[in-house]
Amino acid sequence: MRRLLHALGLLAVFLFAVFPFYWMVSSSFKTQNDILASPPVWLFQPTLDNYRQVFADEKVTRAVLSSLIVAVCSTGLSLILATPAAYALARFEFRGKADLWFWFISNRFISPIVLALPIYIIARNLGLLDTHLVLILIYVTFILPIVVWIVTDFFRSIPRELEEAARLEGASQFAIFWRIYLPLGMPGIAVSAIFGFIFSWNELLYALVLTRRDVQTAPVVATSFMSGYEIPWGKIMATGTVIVLPVTVFALLVSRHMVRGLTMGATK
Amino acid sequence: MTRPSTGLAYGRWTPFWFLAPAVLALALIGLYPTLFALATSFRQYNLTRTRDGFPFVGFDNYVTVLTDPTFWQTLGRTGLFFLCVMPVEVALGLAAALLLHQTGLGMLRALARVSLVIPLATTYAVVGLLGRLIFNRDFGVANAGAAALGFGPIDWLGSPTGAFTAIAAMDVWQWTPFCALIFLSGLSMVPVEIEEAARLETGSKWALLSHVQSPYLWPGLTAMLILRSADVLKLFDSVFTMTRGGPGAATELISIYIQRVGFRVFDMGVASAQALLLLVLTIVLARLYIRFFYREID
Repeated sequence: MRRLLHALGLLAVFLFAVFPFYWMVSSSFKTQNDILASPPVWLFQPTLDNYRQVFADEKVTRAVLSSLIVAVCSTGLSLILATPAAYALARFEFRGKADLWFWFISNRFISPIVLALPIYIIARNLGLLDTHLVLILIYVTFILPIVVWIVTDFFRSIPRELEEAARLEGASQFAIFWRIYLPLGMPGIAVSAIFGFIFSWNELLYALVLTRRDVQTAPVVATSFMSGYEIPWGKIMATGTVIVLPVTVFALLVSRHMVRGLTMGATK
Repeated sequence: MTRPSTGLAYGRWTPFWFLAPAVLALALIGLYPTLFALATSFRQYNLTRTRDGFPFVGFDNYVTVLTDPTFWQTLGRTGLFFLCVMPVEVALGLAAALLLHQTGLGMLRALARVSLVIPLATTYAVVGLLGRLIFNRDFGVANAGAAALGFGPIDWLGSPTGAFTAIAAMDVWQWTPFCALIFLSGLSMVPVEIEEAARLETGSKWALLSHVQSPYLWPGLTAMLILRSADVLKLFDSVFTMTRGGPGAATELISIYIQRVGFRVFDMGVASAQALLLLVLTIVLARLYIRFFYREID
């Protein structure tokens, strides 16, 4: 009896988490008529029409490509900038360390709208609106702190003896970072890269206000279908599935680190 | 940290070189724009009327913001939103965590735990689009559920209360797993021997929770409350795609309002003043968070 209740509870948790996702995916295989049916139909003849439309629509494919370029570049740039900083925070003592730490972490809290206003004006003045570059740069402001946090934590767990042995053999500080910390910290770097990718792939506000036509990202394009007289629900849900599926796979890969990543390590 | 300080093994400027790239980058793309916004907030800066230039107006924009009833209403609405979703997310999250912590049913437990990652990873904009489908008045699955419970069709997105409930429901879906996973990691920190001993003493789950497990749950709860309040101040994507702040202003949360003033009215001066006031709130939250969780860094 107890076991049954437990099982039912777990089933409820599973259904709660999965249902909207299931509804999106199943709607993406429905015809417009099936989607508009009231009450909703649960069993239907699946169709691939929506996906055919999505992949034939140049707007979508270009947007997915843009999203990919922006996510990969902003994550890569953040890794290059942040891993040395993470090493310094993990292993060096210096004045102002706490303040620096506070500054890095507080970027996690800042609302995108705060930066979106000035960045819009600056990008407009520099002629950078509607370019990949402006999105890549702005995404670095929130990916870099995530990388710093996660990687610092991983670097701290690398035994100091390795570093001291290398120093006795005359290795430079940079060589120690490059040959010992980077390879050994690779799991942490990979986890932070996945987090960075997910955040930048999912972002809408900056992409919405800083791009017009040429470099619209996938979430912006999906949102843009939601207008006009007849809303193409099936196509929107298929686009949504195409956007969400890759990040879901990534998120499942780092699910063990999900909580630490989202709380910036406050809970293990 | 435990190393005897017999002098440093690295040069005095070494930390500087390792930190410089990240610090410079963040200063250029994070700090400089913030200062730019500060400067903008003291100017009349309307992008639709650039011919007059951008004259310095002192604290005028701040006066405008602080005497603007809509600003306070949106801030109040954002607070109300937090007060509506947070208790639900904490309660459901705790229930889910306790179910996931209980031993037995390994496969189902693993499946339920993994499934919690899905809402957390779902693109916020897509959550909003999905909300439009689920809460559609004519063919949405939410009304199918309501009908099964004997309610007539509810115009979720067309009525103020309905729309507010709908955005709250989508938020609960997306963020309950966050609370559940944090509580679960807290529960798993309880030493097994202590938990076993307590189980022999009492059959009451409530006693176990309130006396044995709760000390391990408080830090997680604190983290949740601070992070989620910062998130609600940031909340834009899913609500914007779902309701655009409407109907009327029923779901216009603070970030959506500032976006409207900045990018629909193009009054960058006022919007910047609003954004900076929001930033002050955010910094308070960040300070609190650091005070609670990063003591070892100081």
